[in-house]
Amino acid sequence: MTDIFYTKDHEWIKVNGDEGVVGITSYASEQLGDIVFVELPEKGNSFNQGKDVAVIESVKAASEIYSPASGEIFETNSSLEEKPEIINEDPLDSGWLYKIIIKNKDELKNLMSEEEYKKLIGV
Amino acid sequence: MNKNKGLDHDEQLLFEVGDINKTGVDLAEIDNLKHMIGDSFSENEIGLAGLSEPETIRHYVRLSRKNYSIDAGLYPLGSCTMKHNPRLNEKMARLEGFSDIHPLQPISTCQGALELIDLISSWLKELTGMAAVTMTPKAGAQGELCGMMAIKQALLDRNELNRKVVLVPDSAHGTNPATAAFLGFEVKTIKSNDKGLIDFSDFKDNIDENFAGVMITNPNTCGLFETDIVKISELTHKSGGYLYCDGANFNAVVGKLKPGDLGIDAMHINLHKTFSTPHGGGGPGSGPVVFSDRLEKFCPTPLVKNIKGDFILVEDSNEKDLTKSFGRLNVFHGQMGMFVRAMSYMLSHGADGLKQVSEDAVLNANYLRASLSSHLTPAFDGFCMHEILFSDDFLKDTGVETLDFAKAMIDEGYHPMTIYFPLVIHGALLVEPTETESKQSLDHFIKTLCDLVERLKKDSDSFKAAPLFTPIRRLDETQAARKPVLRWKEEPLIAV
Amino acid sequence: MRYLPLTNDDREDMKKVIGVSDINEMFTNVPKEVSLDPKFNLPSHKTEMEVGKILSEIANKNINSNQVPFFLGAGAYKHHIPATVDHIIQRSEFLTSYTPYQPEISQGTLQYLFEFQTQVSLITGMDVSNASMYDGSTSTAEAVSMAKRITKRNKVVISPTLHPQYAEVINTLISSNEDEIDYNFSENFEVEKLISKIDDSVSCVVVQNPDFFGSCHSLEQLAEHTHSKGALLIVVVNEIISLGIMKSPGEMGADIVACEGQSLGNPLNFGGPYIGLMSTKDKYVRQLPGRIVGETIDMNGEKGFVLTLATREQHIRREKATSNICTNSGLCSLAFTIHLSLLGEMGFKKLSKLNHEAAIKLYNKLKTLEGFEVTNNSFFNEFTVKLPIDASVFVEKMAEKGILAGVPVSRVSNQEGDFSNLLLVASSEINSDFDRDNFIKLAKEVCYE
Repeated sequence: MTDIFYTKDHEWIKVNGDEGVVGITSYASEQLGDIVFVELPEKGNSFNQGKDVAVIESVKAASEIYSPASGEIFETNSSLEEKPEIINEDPLDSGWLYKIIIKNKDELKNLMSEEEYKKLIGV
Repeated sequence: MNKNKGLDHDEQLLFEVGDINKTGVDLAEIDNLKHMIGDSFSENEIGLAGLSEPETIRHYVRLSRKNYSIDAGLYPLGSCTMKHNPRLNEKMARLEGFSDIHPLQPISTCQGALELIDLISSWLKELTGMAAVTMTPKAGAQGELCGMMAIKQALLDRNELNRKVVLVPDSAHGTNPATAAFLGFEVKTIKSNDKGLIDFSDFKDNIDENFAGVMITNPNTCGLFETDIVKISELTHKSGGYLYCDGANFNAVVGKLKPGDLGIDAMHINLHKTFSTPHGGGGPGSGPVVFSDRLEKFCPTPLVKNIKGDFILVEDSNEKDLTKSFGRLNVFHGQMGMFVRAMSYMLSHGADGLKQVSEDAVLNANYLRASLSSHLTPAFDGFCMHEILFSDDFLKDTGVETLDFAKAMIDEGYHPMTIYFPLVIHGALLVEPTETESKQSLDHFIKTLCDLVERLKKDSDSFKAAPLFTPIRRLDETQAARKPVLRWKEEPLIAV
Repeated sequence: MRYLPLTNDDREDMKKVIGVSDINEMFTNVPKEVSLDPKFNLPSHKTEMEVGKILSEIANKNINSNQVPFFLGAGAYKHHIPATVDHIIQRSEFLTSYTPYQPEISQGTLQYLFEFQTQVSLITGMDVSNASMYDGSTSTAEAVSMAKRITKRNKVVISPTLHPQYAEVINTLISSNEDEIDYNFSENFEVEKLISKIDDSVSCVVVQNPDFFGSCHSLEQLAEHTHSKGALLIVVVNEIISLGIMKSPGEMGADIVACEGQSLGNPLNFGGPYIGLMSTKDKYVRQLPGRIVGETIDMNGEKGFVLTLATREQHIRREKATSNICTNSGLCSLAFTIHLSLLGEMGFKKLSKLNHEAAIKLYNKLKTLEGFEVTNNSFFNEFTVKLPIDASVFVEKMAEKGILAGVPVSRVSNQEGDFSNLLLVASSEINSDFDRDNFIKLAKEVCYE
């Protein structure tokens, strides 16, 4: 069973057991415009919830990505290196950024549900 | 295929038209050179294309013709102060006694250079009503860095490094928070109110024992004078902090009031804005910084001092004037070439001329405001200072964005105004005419903009397609950033 | 006033349109505590003639490098600038144009900057370059900052023969923790000693070549050791004409190159405006500060140029910017580009050889001068002379006799150590045999009469 949570900074995390996949929402990718470069974290590094973990650059802005949950990175989306535009095309699926082993599932309580996130962006 | 069109000539890259065997400089011949370089000697090919003199001139003249310039037309760029660049400035800068002297000549052989630096220093202090000035920063952004470093040094001197918070208004230029963050300060944003001014209560609420200072722009980036500035400076000082003023908009008040009377501690001045040194397609600039007596002793190295008509350069950090200095920002002594140009401008205007400059700058901007408010939407009520800020309300329901409107102006023969800045106003358009535009020029600009707005209702598609009359149209900036090609490279001779 | 087009009639008409009778009505937001129209203790406006007279008088109080035999260097060098350069940079479209943020009407600027970036990459032997910075010293400091970001390390090892003012600038701009910068100014460049300081807490090693004292070094060994510890090698070049007959920094293993470009196209100008060059490898391009021009296509597939990778610049990333640089050296970089286009490959190399030859000629004459010792084993166009008397005294006395003989090392360095007898002497293609003979003759007089 996969649950999806959202942050107020427009990141999403899909949780399956102890694994989480992180990406940004359509709203965020639209706001950024054409994405030109993604700076991903290194495998093996650990980050706490809320820490800046990656950078997504578009032509007009560079946006920090904050970790929705604490954990250790075990995989990053290497196809973003050649084609950062995948995030614009498919932010919720093939535009995923990285995968983590979630350290503390209690932290997920701090995040928003899909309903709450939709309210946030006024949908 | 001939890509020329009338007077517009297509011109390829230097490396496509030049040749490594061509040269436009005659140099003496060298007989057998027994070099003394050692192991790092090399005669390998570098790949530099060369041209004869006629070809060089043709190449660069053709390139020049693809540029807009203030000599050719108005730049209504807010906060850039694109005023006329007097040609006397260029002549004076080329006096050999200024252009051909070395920064490290014995002081006795360059008294004139030090005198010039001292002269411009005293003018800047007098115009701003401040206690001290450093001429060394090489651009506005570096001037900002200089001012904030002096503040940081002052806090260090008082052993108050817990003071880490710098407040910056949401309307500030990006260099402000970047500079503060670069120096290790924590940046907190303070809100603007609905009048476009700093919300004083939000400012007050953000002050605590960690308050280091506040960076304000005055007049601010909305083109308005910060009415509460004296209140802000009093509270800042009472709370143990410092007030840094971004002097980008000095043109609105130069010769009309003294920034020192506002209670500021440091302010950078852009010689390439207020004092007419040319923009040169992006530089060189010069960003001297004036200081209050609270910050004077933290000034960077070096200093020029006038000892009864004899000028000296104080460079040694052990000298008493420099013991508390935060250090050296650049090699040598600053942008002398720009000092001469600015001095020529200041001498030409005098105190009375400079007062007329700010008055005409404010008059021109308000004339635009009064004449354009029927067609464009000023962001705030009331008079503006030297620049007028419009929101994109007038574009509502037209399908045209600020960017498209700006590109359409290019077809009308104008460089667009500043767009999408400040961020506090949606789709902002910031217009600064400066005092060197005639009424005829302004009237033509007004008519053109009004006509464009009229056209919005009838033909919004044409805006999306603009510009139509330039040789290059709507360049793909995304591709440029995704797959950067930042230099010419020779094509391989063999297909890979 | 000649620069103000509004007539009094214009002003009255405009005030009517605005709806004010007095200009001060528009300064309403200024609080009462601040007085408008204060008295300034400054003269009133002057005519062109008057301004010309005042500034000429001040300029004439300086002895300039065209008037006397001239041998100063130490980071700024006198060369002949072809007449073409100054003419082109004064064209309206170059002199008075703004930063190329609107690419459709700035292709002139953008294209020459692209050419400039190519030239800088080629002469430094690197992959990419930016569109220039303020000067060599800030380029160097920015290079150190960049190396720290890339390696995520804090320690900086600086060669003892780096220009002392450059080291001061690094110190000012880089972290305030003094322990992080290892620099002890000295005349002796010892590769082994430098290598011994490199460990895996070091972000970069900064070395100047030819160094402050004029000596030329092979840097391959240093590069290898630096890389083996995961650090970056930053090579600083003060006299870029040297690159005509020396191995490029890139060839010798540099990761970032920071240069002073003043020698091409730009006069001495008492220290500014100059032009900082900065180049690096492809893999580090997103960490490169400053403006960068890139090639792209427009909506019709036509080739064109734009400012790119701008998200690194302060105005977009605000707090996370790679530096706070906004301006580049604009017109100075154009002068550089034009001068190097005129020189081309052949001219650049020949000019380089002429400079080296001039220094060798002076070196040979100095060998005949008793009490004068050139301390270098190698040099390009500048070397260090040990004098029989104090160098500052020597230079003053030589100036009185009508010759600008060099830069005393003690003038440039605040550092500990006895450099009082050391003089930096630079030669260039502008020096004649007459200049050199005069140097010898007057040096003898100053020291031995």
